[in-house]
Amino acid sequence: MKIIVAIKQVPMRDSPLHPAASGKWIDEADLSFEINEPDAYALEEALQLKEKHGGEVVVLCAGPERAAQTIREALAKGADRAIHIETDALASLDTLGVAKLLAAAVTPEKPDLILTGLQSDDLGAGQTGVVMAELLGVPHSTIIMQVEVRDAGIRVKRELENGWFQHIEMPLPAVLAMQSGSNKLRYATLMGIKKAKSKEIRRVTPAELGGAAAAVASVEKIYVPQKSKQTQIFEGDAKTAAAQLVEKLKFEARVL
Amino acid sequence: MSWETLAAGQQLGAALGEPVEAAVAGKGIGALAKEAAAKKLAKIWAVEHDLLDSYTADGYTAALEQLIQKTKPKLVLFPHTYQVRDFAPKLATRFSQVLVSDVIAARVESGMLTLVRQFFQGKLSGDVRVSGEGPVFASLQAGAWRADTLESGSAAVETFAPMLDTGQIRQKPEAPFREAARAVDLTAAEIIVSVGRGIGEQSNLPVVEDLAQAFGAELAASRPICDAGWLPMERQVGSSGQTVAPKLYVAVGISGAIQHLVGMKGAKTIVAINKDSNAPIFEVADYGIVGDLFEIAPALAAEVRKAKGA
Repeated sequence: MKIIVAIKQVPMRDSPLHPAASGKWIDEADLSFEINEPDAYALEEALQLKEKHGGEVVVLCAGPERAAQTIREALAKGADRAIHIETDALASLDTLGVAKLLAAAVTPEKPDLILTGLQSDDLGAGQTGVVMAELLGVPHSTIIMQVEVRDAGIRVKRELENGWFQHIEMPLPAVLAMQSGSNKLRYATLMGIKKAKSKEIRRVTPAELGGAAAAVASVEKIYVPQKSKQTQIFEGDAKTAAAQLVEKLKFEARVL
Repeated sequence: MSWETLAAGQQLGAALGEPVEAAVAGKGIGALAKEAAAKKLAKIWAVEHDLLDSYTADGYTAALEQLIQKTKPKLVLFPHTYQVRDFAPKLATRFSQVLVSDVIAARVESGMLTLVRQFFQGKLSGDVRVSGEGPVFASLQAGAWRADTLESGSAAVETFAPMLDTGQIRQKPEAPFREAARAVDLTAAEIIVSVGRGIGEQSNLPVVEDLAQAFGAELAASRPICDAGWLPMERQVGSSGQTVAPKLYVAVGISGAIQHLVGMKGAKTIVAINKDSNAPIFEVADYGIVGDLFEIAPALAAEVRKAKGA
């Protein structure tokens, strides 16, 4: 089974975020980056499917040069090779633009299955996988917890709201957007890190994939949200702050 | 369709000077269409087909694509639910458009629509404009518009029968199920102490367990804690867990990703304890303490016990 995992590199969790001078995206100057967490779960699922059924896991990532580090980490965890769509202009593309590049890179690979995380921690649009499936003309499902390979295709466990789940069958090839937390993530072993150095990362440019499409949805301005609610913040050492809070809970909110 | 989305439709329709129609899709949806017909809307489309009985991305996309081709709307609004997330991006792609997802506000200035959505899990907001041919597609975050602002009226119901055949629908869904009966009903709790990623590791949980005990509260958690298996799934608050509205909700080390906020922002009083003063949880909190939870939680437990003893 040949599996492509589409991953994204995003600013590390808890990074201090500030709008850039352009006002259209964040200032990335002093940030560190890591794999988008839901994508790490998609990669894990792909590696487990390969362990069960054999085949190949190919990592696909669009992003600037620095994304190579995240790709290398995915290879160290066990992916076989990678395709890096190298572009500095990712933030200026919309979901459709990014999905078009990814789909163009996927097509000649003829994979059986394409996995991705259900959303990115930066944009949070949660659409790339679904749009890619439409562009590739294959079925999809989202918020997937488990994947079972069957004779005629796959049977997946999809999460619904309020603690409900559902199984869905579909033929291959297909695109699945994976939910976080469905597997335990593995660490790269020393051997894996060593092996990753000799694994192939094929670099392609957007131009080689038919060019980047102009965005139909564009971010005009990004900013720190205005608070709609006035939060009373208590300062001082822990004991003082706690005492002030309890005073308010008891006599103002009257919930104690 | 949701009542909140219809309310948003009424408001944006008025601002844009456009009529607002609602669509209900499924099988045997007459009652729901009739209910929507009692609202101030231009028309209700009852999109009826046997193949829409169980939701599938392929079926819903094909049916709504046909309705949009027929009615040619300028703006198509959805509630931002798991189901909408599953098909609306595909539907928008059919029109060479992009769904603007999880929208929290919208404004119309000289006829131009600007949609506001969150980035970086609520830490930043962004104004988004959509160009291009074809309708603007947007999904609206739960709670961003109020259902109680929905105006009553009277609308005609028209049935729309899309052309669908089984060959088009590649997903074969089975019946929805629940994992196990829930032993913990968080919705009944008056006070909830909830713990998030900030707790660091499982062995630190006694700090919040003690705080919960001091408050006489149920212990709950955000998704990462349950994913890691540190607390059972049945204690999860948020869009994939339980939706709660206690009189007091104490969020400890929870940054406040939107998936969590939708599950608890109905609480009467919200307290946040977090080391990051910019964490989105402070957006909904009434009271907050910025700092190290490992110092604050024990101090707070002590003060609560003192206050209750007095």
